[in-house]
Amino acid sequence: MTLLDFARGPGFEWALILMVFGICWRMVGLFLLSRRLDLSKPRTKSLFRAGMLTIATRSLPPHEFEKKIRFQHFSGYAWHIGFFVTILFYGPHIAFFKDLLGFGWPSLPTPVITIIAAITLAILLALVVRRIFHPVLRVISGADDYISVFVTVIPIVTGLMAYAHMAFRYETLLALHILSIELVMIWFPLGKLMHALLVFPSRYQMGTKYQRRGVRA
Amino acid sequence: MKQTSTLGDNLNNLGISRRAFVKFCAATGSMMALPPMLWPQLVQALENARRPSVIWLSFQECTGCSESLTRSHSPTVEGLIFDSISLDYHHTLQAASGAAAEAARLQAMEENFGKYLVVVDGSIPLGNSGFSTIAGISNLDMLMETVKGAAAVISIGTCASFGGIAHASPNPTGAVGVMELVKDKPIINVSGCPPIPMVITGVLSHYLAFNSLPDLDHLHRPKAFYGHSIHDRCYRRSYYDKGQFAESFDDEGAKKGWCLYKLGCKGPTTYNACATLKWNQGVSFPIESGHPCLGCSEPDFWDKGSFYAAQSTTQWGTGETLATAAVAGVAVGTANAIIARRRKKQAQQKEPES
Repeated sequence: MTLLDFARGPGFEWALILMVFGICWRMVGLFLLSRRLDLSKPRTKSLFRAGMLTIATRSLPPHEFEKKIRFQHFSGYAWHIGFFVTILFYGPHIAFFKDLLGFGWPSLPTPVITIIAAITLAILLALVVRRIFHPVLRVISGADDYISVFVTVIPIVTGLMAYAHMAFRYETLLALHILSIELVMIWFPLGKLMHALLVFPSRYQMGTKYQRRGVRA
Repeated sequence: MKQTSTLGDNLNNLGISRRAFVKFCAATGSMMALPPMLWPQLVQALENARRPSVIWLSFQECTGCSESLTRSHSPTVEGLIFDSISLDYHHTLQAASGAAAEAARLQAMEENFGKYLVVVDGSIPLGNSGFSTIAGISNLDMLMETVKGAAAVISIGTCASFGGIAHASPNPTGAVGVMELVKDKPIINVSGCPPIPMVITGVLSHYLAFNSLPDLDHLHRPKAFYGHSIHDRCYRRSYYDKGQFAESFDDEGAKKGWCLYKLGCKGPTTYNACATLKWNQGVSFPIESGHPCLGCSEPDFWDKGSFYAAQSTTQWGTGETLATAAVAGVAVGTANAIIARRRKKQAQQKEPES
């Protein structure tokens, strides 16, 4: 069995099993945590609306800190958008999803994807450098942050290398690319990458909790 | 047959002009990526080369490789070069049969000991010696006996090189390629199902001219022909780079000749000269005819999933397996939550009342 055969076969199957297991474990564990009953009278009746509103308002930089966090905020948006455009609109990736879903969609020209992926990588690396050198960010950053960034960077790097046929033969680069995605899948439920699933529920919960007490979230 | 006449004598007798011969040498030298300064040496060496004795062993095979080599060209200089080797043993082509055929093999081995070439097509079954025999001799015994006095072994086709289709799972005969059995002789693998005729004539020309094997890759294939992937040399590569793919065999992309990656083309991971040498005297090759590359010159090509699945696709496993993983995750998560609640309760009970 070659490295590519392993990556496309048992490697991917096991990564998927571990990801599904891990996500179910964490989500159920979090939702079943005991929470103290709030016996106070709610200040508003529209808690659902407050929760949904918080999801939206938290997607924009808070006015008070807008100037200070503008770069971090919008570069975060930029790399997330670039990341998802690269995943969803590159031809071979669409073939991957079509195999799973049974349907595909039009792809973007490969040079466009390549440029977007390169910009995405550059932004991500800039954010890592900022995290390392920023006095506050450095203090609040842990191993989980760096590991999560690392496992996110590797698929972009190996993907660009595979496209450019750089350094190794294509089958090796494709295998490394798929293995790097498997690393993301395995790490996903274990670290901060879970924010992809938790970001909206946690904002909603915070919004309803604050609103109940009459505080703007 | 003893090595007596030279290749130059033989070509003269066949009425081949020196001009045609030199043109062939230039083409071969170019094809083998030899520097131009070596071409005169190639001409001289080929002219003076003795006709090597070749023993062709056919084991578990479909004769496609022999068909490819003998029928794909009308008589050309390359064909005549091929005729000009002393093919002393070949089941399909020789007139003799039975004991006389085996006697020809033994005679060629004895007279040219240490100098003859062994060409093998077909895989060798290890499961049971009776699976494939010739004149009552098992394939394994015949191979090991014949290669003893060989100068080199050339495995023609993917079956002889890597086991090929017979080696595919579940491999009922225990088929293997020559490389797994012969360890003490130089081996050249000319893989493909079937291989390109020009590749075998190129390898033979190189051997005749320089009395050595060409540069080989990690799978013992001549780098001159297997050094680049089909994808690297494919005329449809520009469509891949632009992200223009055929989605089905009859859509607009297919009609426009766009890249066949999404239809399962194995070109990016297949190393062969199909895209440059092509087939049927340079007429076409599978991708040019609208079909994705199957990757037939690579080991285990038959066991790498669907021929029509893109290489970026993976095995997703079964729904049952994933459902089991999900249920296990829910169970562990629930157990964790219960334990956490208990601990919290115990901690609250221990707290002194204020």
